[in-house]
Amino acid sequence: MLLFIVFAPLVTALLILSGAPGRVTALFGSAATAIATFTALFRYDPVPGGFQFVSSLTISESWRIHFLLGADGLSLIMLVLAALVLFCAVWFTQPVGKSERLFYACLLLLGGGAIGAFASLDLFFFYAFHEIALIPTFFLIGIWGTGNRFAAAWKVTIYLALGSFVLLLGLILLYRSVPVTARSFDLRVLQSAAAAGGIAPAAQNTIFLLLLIGFGVLISLFPFHNWAPEAYASAPAPAAMLHAGVLKKFGLYGLLRIALPLLPEGARHWSWLLLVLLSGNIIYVGLVTLAQKRLDWMLGYSSVMHMGYIFLGIASANLIGLNGAAVLMFAHGISIALLFALAGEIRRRTGTLAFSDLGGLGKVMPFAGFAFGVAAFAAIGLPGFANFAAEVMVFFGAFRVGADLQGLHFFQVTTVLALWGVVISAVYLLRAYRSIFMGAPNDKWNALPDLAGALRIPVILLITATLIVGFFPNTALRVLRPTFPATVAESAP
Amino acid sequence: MSVMTSMLPWIAFLLPLFSACVIMIATRPLRTLSALISVAAVLGSFICACFIFFQKTSAAASISWINLGPAFSVPLGLTLDPLSRSMLFMVTGVGALIHIYSLGYVGADAGKSRYFASLSLFMFAMLGIVLANNFVMMFIFWELVGVSSYLLIGHWFERAAAADAAKKAFITNRIGDFGFMIGILMVWTATGSFVFAEIAKAMGGFAGHTGYLTAAALLVFCGAVGKSAQFPLHVWLPDAMEGPTPVSALIHAATMVAAGVYMLVRVGFLIDASPDALTVIAWIGTITAVFAALMATQQDDIKRILAYSTLSQLGYMVMAVGLASGEAAMFHLFTHAAFKALLFLGAGSIIYMLHHEQDIWRMGALWKRLPLTCLTFLIGTLALIGFPGSSGFFSKDAIIALAFERNRPIFILASFTALLTAFYMTRLVIVVFFGKPRSEQAARSGESPAVMVIPLLLLSIPAALGGYKFFAARFLTLPNETEQAAAVPIVALAALLIGVVSATLLYRSREREPVHIALFRDRFYLDEFYTFLISSTQGLLASLSAFIDRWILDGAIVRGMSGGVWGSGFLLRLLQVGNLQAYGFLFGLGIIGLIYFAVFR
Repeated sequence: MLLFIVFAPLVTALLILSGAPGRVTALFGSAATAIATFTALFRYDPVPGGFQFVSSLTISESWRIHFLLGADGLSLIMLVLAALVLFCAVWFTQPVGKSERLFYACLLLLGGGAIGAFASLDLFFFYAFHEIALIPTFFLIGIWGTGNRFAAAWKVTIYLALGSFVLLLGLILLYRSVPVTARSFDLRVLQSAAAAGGIAPAAQNTIFLLLLIGFGVLISLFPFHNWAPEAYASAPAPAAMLHAGVLKKFGLYGLLRIALPLLPEGARHWSWLLLVLLSGNIIYVGLVTLAQKRLDWMLGYSSVMHMGYIFLGIASANLIGLNGAAVLMFAHGISIALLFALAGEIRRRTGTLAFSDLGGLGKVMPFAGFAFGVAAFAAIGLPGFANFAAEVMVFFGAFRVGADLQGLHFFQVTTVLALWGVVISAVYLLRAYRSIFMGAPNDKWNALPDLAGALRIPVILLITATLIVGFFPNTALRVLRPTFPATVAESAP
Repeated sequence: MSVMTSMLPWIAFLLPLFSACVIMIATRPLRTLSALISVAAVLGSFICACFIFFQKTSAAASISWINLGPAFSVPLGLTLDPLSRSMLFMVTGVGALIHIYSLGYVGADAGKSRYFASLSLFMFAMLGIVLANNFVMMFIFWELVGVSSYLLIGHWFERAAAADAAKKAFITNRIGDFGFMIGILMVWTATGSFVFAEIAKAMGGFAGHTGYLTAAALLVFCGAVGKSAQFPLHVWLPDAMEGPTPVSALIHAATMVAAGVYMLVRVGFLIDASPDALTVIAWIGTITAVFAALMATQQDDIKRILAYSTLSQLGYMVMAVGLASGEAAMFHLFTHAAFKALLFLGAGSIIYMLHHEQDIWRMGALWKRLPLTCLTFLIGTLALIGFPGSSGFFSKDAIIALAFERNRPIFILASFTALLTAFYMTRLVIVVFFGKPRSEQAARSGESPAVMVIPLLLLSIPAALGGYKFFAARFLTLPNETEQAAAVPIVALAALLIGVVSATLLYRSREREPVHIALFRDRFYLDEFYTFLISSTQGLLASLSAFIDRWILDGAIVRGMSGGVWGSGFLLRLLQVGNLQAYGFLFGLGIIGLIYFAVFR
């Protein structure tokens, strides 16, 4: 099952490179992947929980590297997100001017790399799959980007490569920190070693910091966020969808999957730092977002800002916050992908995304207006959408940490700041909506075509996904619940 | 039977959602069908509400929304106590009338389907607030009424004023909800629950933490300040009048803005536990009542006058909550819902027939042209100014008597507000309905169609009779009639007379406004002050952060790694040439250095 999910996009990419028609093959390949992930999601049995669909292939006995796949609830939710967004990104790809095949292959590699990382139980492949996804990012921005695309491509690649480098350092130290007998790249083995107290607290502190910075760069943790807005503004819409929606979640997934369960002491030690930095994401980057004058930059910054909420759930390190963080990863992935997709459609029609040039598009593009409104309200955290359900869990989870009735402590203050961030989000997203879709129609845009019928399908798919999880968060929690109590000790309120 | 009974509230609750979905998915192009579906849904809800009300249904199934085991589970459960049953009845009843009225009012609008879908969404959300049995569920629907209000205010989104007003309403409410959510979190921390019934039992959790309790109560109150448009977050409501008039009647007068008051009554056990919070609440209500009434005296737009009057009346309700009488607040909420919906629909009838003319100085002598509208508008006005025998007389006097008993300064201000109310409503009636027609449309208008007039007639019944005990006691626990000092009715009557007489003398057969008080007309310059405040704090911070991010953070970390050694020109060149290794090496060195200092020092 997982073998198919992991290899379908990669094989499809190879097929396209070796001459199969680009769009059709890519659509079929990504659709098959998506269907397979949904099947796995439904077939996952939450009663025993744990990693299921495990398949293993020994690569090197002496290096103890195995090609090891397996999925628990968290991986499944991420796989569904990745496959769904990949499919929609492929669908949203417009006729590409130069080397269309390469474009589709890059998209599939980007999605496939993320999928592989989410399904890997082996540290080596977990890391390697992410590296695979970095290369197409460079090409997608550098070749098909807009604006100052070379600079953006280099910047994002260098940033992410350095983040990966720090991450690698952390992972190597992690590998070496467990007793020699227990050394393994197998996450399950490492987990039981850590549970048995195999990693000394001092080592935990160092390694956690490395992982936090390494993953943090990939997630655009403040102050390592600067690559993101520029890259997303330059990237072609499908690439931005996949990167902001899916690949960025790799770092968060790593924190949830590796850093937190293996290094609980380190996590506790550095929670103050994480709180400070995530407040930077929410408030500082939130304010920067407010000041943006172009939709693509605004969306780029907003995606950086919203990482703060996921970090907050992770920092809380309790059952409520972690489940919230996981659902929010999914929810954010869907809403930001939809926003970037629509922004791309607007840019394709008007050639601009500056707020001052646009206005009144709701009249000429009612469906796009409707969809953008839905996505914006989802991102604002309106009830009914997955983002709200997740944020509720994050806020409740974070607020309870260390709470007493004497006053507000660090976690409570951060939660309050994060709640103010929700106001900031509402301001910039509604301002964007106001200046693009509302107001008097501009004569220049009178003849713009609305989204064509076929393009509405991925939009509706994404909206449906966020509505289902928003109305029935238990659909996601069904598989997520067994993940967290097993890996993280509940911190008592 | 029992299954049916326990499903009935859910049917009442979900019918409007169903209607909104059907319209959005299937019947958007068929505008008349959409409208009929929406009306049918609200009528269905109303019928269910009648059954629930008269059979005294008290149980409904509960479902789980978020289930994380014992640590955290959010149910979606319905409260069915006398309070919510009556509220359900009122909301669906007024809602049904306004849906029907809308059939006439937005009859030819191109966005009719969108309008009715939003209206259905609103009904769903409002019923959610009414029925919610816990804070999180209430917050969910609290936000949803916010968004449906956004959609409806911005119905004519191509008009800049409407688009701005919608945004302002949503964001202002969000600011209130910011406090609301913190309040909910604090209550949860103290009592371990957010289900109302369980909190009420666990109030002991607050014992010995008076300050914490007061803070929590006031933060919860913040939600009501936003939703019920209390000072200082009242600024969105007058602007919200940019929406279609039936929306103003339903959402921005009768139901949604009353939700804040309803919520406060629902969590009365929390609010009443903190005397300090009560005092603050009472004063916020009083300030809102007085200031809004002052502003109402100088407005020229018929809907804005009514909007300020709504603010002022909501102030009375909040005042009653602050005086620890949820009964008095709910009593006034009910009578106000009837007479204010009536007044707004009357105004809508005029606006509709005068081709969207809203300036009262371009009306005049309309009693001849719209006799039924005029008659029902007069009934509404009498109720609003508290004319003896009308519904407003009973409910407002209950609050004023309460103030007399518990807080004399508030009593004086409340009586003064009553005077102002009588004044501005008399001004409105005289200028609009009497004198000479002052515009072409006013001279040639006719009466509105039956689909709009019939709701007016139906609403005038509760507006006139709603205060009498035989009528009101069916719906509400009425406030205890205290031994009223003779002073109260005398003062109230005097205030009424002074207001009516002075306005009559001042405005009889005037052609234009004789008095100009810029401070009142320009809303005490609060909007300007807020604009200044936002641009000088948040706006400035935003620009500053953007500058730092662009030129300092980006510059320092990305371009400035080499510092003054090579200068940024070299690095920029690196960036363009793409000397990956050198660049990466430098940056990596920086990070490793950072870690070194963080860890080993």
